[in-house]
Amino acid sequence: MKPAPFIRHAPKTLDEALKILAKVAPQDGRVLAGGQSLVPIMAFRLAKPAHLVDINDVAGLDKISNDGKVLAIGACVRHAAFHKPVTENPLGTLLSTVARHIAHYPIRMRGTFCGSLAHADPASEWCLVAAALDATLIAKSTRGERAIAAKHFFTGIMSTALAEDELLVEARLPLLANDARFGFNEFSRRAGDFAMAASLVTYRLQGGKIADARVGLGGAEPSPRRIPEAEAALNGQAPGDKLFRTAAAAAAAAIDPLEDHQTTAEYRRDLVRAVVRRALEGSTS
Amino acid sequence: MSAHGTQGSGMTWVGRAIRRLEDPALITGQGRFTADALAAHWVRFVRSPAAAGKLRSIAAPNGTMVITAADLAGVKKITPMLHKFNYKPVGQSVLADSAVRFIGEPVAAVVAQSEEEAEDIVDEVEVSIDETPSVADARAALENGAPQVHVEAPGNVILEGKVKTPGFDPVWENAHKVVKVEARSRRQNATPMEPRGGHAAYDAATGRVTLTCSTQMPHLTRTAICDVLGIPESDLRVIAPDVGGGFGQKMSLPGEYVVLVWLARKLKSSVAWTEDRRENLIAAFHSRDQYITLEGAFDKNAKLLALRADIVSNIGAYSCFPTTCGVEPLMAMAEMPGPYDVQQYQCLARGVITNTCTMAPYRGVSRPVITFTLERLMDKAARAFTLDPVDIRRRNLIDKFPYKSAMGLEYDEATYKETLEMAVKAIDVSAFRKRQAAARAKGRYLGIGFATFSERTGYGSPAFAARGMEITPGWETVIITVDPSGFVEARIGSSPHGQGLRTTLAQIIADELGITPEMIKVVHGDTDRAPYGWGTFASRSLVISGGATLIAAQKIRTKLIKMASHLLEAATDDIVLTDGMARVAGTDKTIAIAKLAREAYTQTHRFKGDIEPGLTETGHYDPPGTFSNACHVAIVDVDVETGHVKVEKFLVAEDAGRIINPMIAEGQVHGGIAQGIGNALLEEIIYDDSGAILTATLADYLPPTAHEIPPIELHHIETPSANSITKAKGLGEGGTIGAPAAVINAVNDALSPFGVEIDEIPATPQRIRAAIRNAGEAA
Repeated sequence: MKPAPFIRHAPKTLDEALKILAKVAPQDGRVLAGGQSLVPIMAFRLAKPAHLVDINDVAGLDKISNDGKVLAIGACVRHAAFHKPVTENPLGTLLSTVARHIAHYPIRMRGTFCGSLAHADPASEWCLVAAALDATLIAKSTRGERAIAAKHFFTGIMSTALAEDELLVEARLPLLANDARFGFNEFSRRAGDFAMAASLVTYRLQGGKIADARVGLGGAEPSPRRIPEAEAALNGQAPGDKLFRTAAAAAAAAIDPLEDHQTTAEYRRDLVRAVVRRALEGSTS
Repeated sequence: MSAHGTQGSGMTWVGRAIRRLEDPALITGQGRFTADALAAHWVRFVRSPAAAGKLRSIAAPNGTMVITAADLAGVKKITPMLHKFNYKPVGQSVLADSAVRFIGEPVAAVVAQSEEEAEDIVDEVEVSIDETPSVADARAALENGAPQVHVEAPGNVILEGKVKTPGFDPVWENAHKVVKVEARSRRQNATPMEPRGGHAAYDAATGRVTLTCSTQMPHLTRTAICDVLGIPESDLRVIAPDVGGGFGQKMSLPGEYVVLVWLARKLKSSVAWTEDRRENLIAAFHSRDQYITLEGAFDKNAKLLALRADIVSNIGAYSCFPTTCGVEPLMAMAEMPGPYDVQQYQCLARGVITNTCTMAPYRGVSRPVITFTLERLMDKAARAFTLDPVDIRRRNLIDKFPYKSAMGLEYDEATYKETLEMAVKAIDVSAFRKRQAAARAKGRYLGIGFATFSERTGYGSPAFAARGMEITPGWETVIITVDPSGFVEARIGSSPHGQGLRTTLAQIIADELGITPEMIKVVHGDTDRAPYGWGTFASRSLVISGGATLIAAQKIRTKLIKMASHLLEAATDDIVLTDGMARVAGTDKTIAIAKLAREAYTQTHRFKGDIEPGLTETGHYDPPGTFSNACHVAIVDVDVETGHVKVEKFLVAEDAGRIINPMIAEGQVHGGIAQGIGNALLEEIIYDDSGAILTATLADYLPPTAHEIPPIELHHIETPSANSITKAKGLGEGGTIGAPAAVINAVNDALSPFGVEIDEIPATPQRIRAAIRNAGEAA
């Protein structure tokens, strides 16, 4: 469990980082931020990058900013930054609720929000947040900058729309409506394990009826996404146990479940039904 | 309780929860582990990527040092031996020679200047194997036409134990009711926090090699390695430094250690290997992969009359040394009847070879599985007779001693019924049933589960000899020296690695000699310093090494009293040892024990030839064995939508005889329960159809974390054992033995409204959901 040989680059500025990345990316170069996923994969030699562009020393990447519409999260912002709400907007509470489910405390001190997105593990809580809230992801390279919508960003298991020379410099999350409600639930075998299914829901109440429902689902398919069938079931209806069950069943029916040696499609649907309903139940309290 | 009456210092040390003498070093980072030692050369093993096949060639990159079986000419195979049970001896080359039999089997050793470089070279070694069909499952290996793993064992049966009591048939035929359980225990790994590792260093002056390794059995490691290398034992010193958990996995000999010693001798230098977690999960020893079909015949009053068992134990690809692969199937056969009074018994126990990692003992060995099986049977029988699970146990637990089991084992005085009643009272079953009913009305499913069991501990050589083992462990030796400074050193053949023996043995000695435990150092884990002994395993060390310690300490005490009687001119009967002094009772005549010790070396002429010089005594102990017992109770909350089980509470009422140090005893029980909960719900080594292991990381193989372990409440009864001279019984394995049964019985109790039964460990959420789904989801 020792990584294969690699060269570590430690740029101090973003420009320098992008230049190095442009140069080493074709030679199997990878970006190192918190390293909580990449380094174990390297220890197992499942990945053998020849170059690591370590962005931890790059000035200015550890900032969170809020312009009243969007929360912008820099590439080196750690999971632990969200332990307490970073904004008075309901999004702050949402992020701190979700953050507690990410792995274990030492991992949260080191791992980064944007690193999770770039790694794109299907079970990642932050990928689910990005998908459910329709985040915008800002990718930079020496060729320029582009904004990628979350629904186009995640392209499969550990696969994203980032080009090999692009650095995910910022994730932009839209602030929620001030009266937005949200709920989050995930299932894992042990506390801190990868989620086998997770759901984040948000909505508003207008005249006692659900509006603007978002039902995000992670861990159950190759990429996290919103489930329109469940959202349609909710919009325009009064919240309640029966409705939540209907929406959860719609989500379970709508997915193309991940299967593995222990987890059948049926079981994954069981979990989806449970986490969606529980996320919805949690949203009312 | 008071112990040792008026002997010793007046304040007795035995029975007190003093802090562990070994802990200051460990908790301040001063422990010394195998991987702390630096070496000139580092070794990584190339392991078979195929589950079965002919090894055609191994190609090493130019300029690298890669050792294969061809280099090890003259090194014998590791061939453990049993002389009973139709055992088929199979040998294992320390590096695979001509054939590979499981994924992870070592086929070559890479030697390099660093661990990193060695791992780089491993990636480049080309192993060419003509793959042949493999079989991973024991029942599949028994089928006609299954791939044959060893030619020596046709049909893949390596041993077969059979027993049938003479009166079995008529009792079986006339039984009122027969209840059956088909139990399945999936494969597990002991998962010590420190994986294995060894460091072998050659000493040019003497030609000796010192092997420092993470082992539970330093002396037998020396014997075994010298046997296969054909060298005198005086040429090898084995040291077990601090060892980060063993649980049985580190009592079996790894071929890797043989290679290290061979390399140190060849290179005349130092070489080291540190096993990583992936290697530990795929290639260190596994355990508990069993199918057991158990039937119980009952009379109309739900009294158990007869048991019939069919045990199929997957022993992996080879037989482990020294216990042999008989350790699981034969223990299952011998101890299946457990704590219940049943005199008729029929059993077929087979050890089955497969293309999987070799099995070795793991804390509890077969007893977590047989207890789980038998306790499921009792709960099913309770239901069949519409009895409460507690009632059926009351009707069947042994309550007359000594008791001779259907297998001829003699059970010493114990408290099977008393611990059950103690547990029932402490957990307040009727209050729980009310809470359970209220929760069910709200769609929450709580359950309570009981497990009563016997734990055979501290058994000596006759018990091991009954298995026909060529290597028959059992006894222990302890040498106690009071040196001229007056301080005490006890050198022991046991090899503790977390059990607290440095503290508990010091407590025993302190009481005998009238001194404090801080004056006593317990030396172990070094074949140059400690007497030959068997090590630490099988809940034996406090009973056997503790007994040998008591015998040696009594001899020292006798000699000190004799010396004091000379110098104080008093009768030996009038001398007491207390507070570091020898005192003539009822007078103010005293002499310091430290002074006596000095005189034993420097003033021997004063004793007129009545004592031998020096102050060293030896104790040997080889006891018949003693049965501890306990009742475990688990309360669980089953999430029927996800299949997740939360263990809400765990309660134990146990009897391990005299408790030398309650804090250490309770720590042993706590740790065992944590592993038992892992066995019950989480831990599973999974092979796919090609013999590849799918659980090679700790993200896939799931030991419990602190979060999964509930509060544990312990209650004790102390029934001094007549089979143990310290009156102590062993308790190292009890936690793991009872916990799976209690947890799974609780899960079944919780799910009883669904009409499902879970008879498989681990009861994963997937399996629980599948059972509920198959039962139609309706409560």
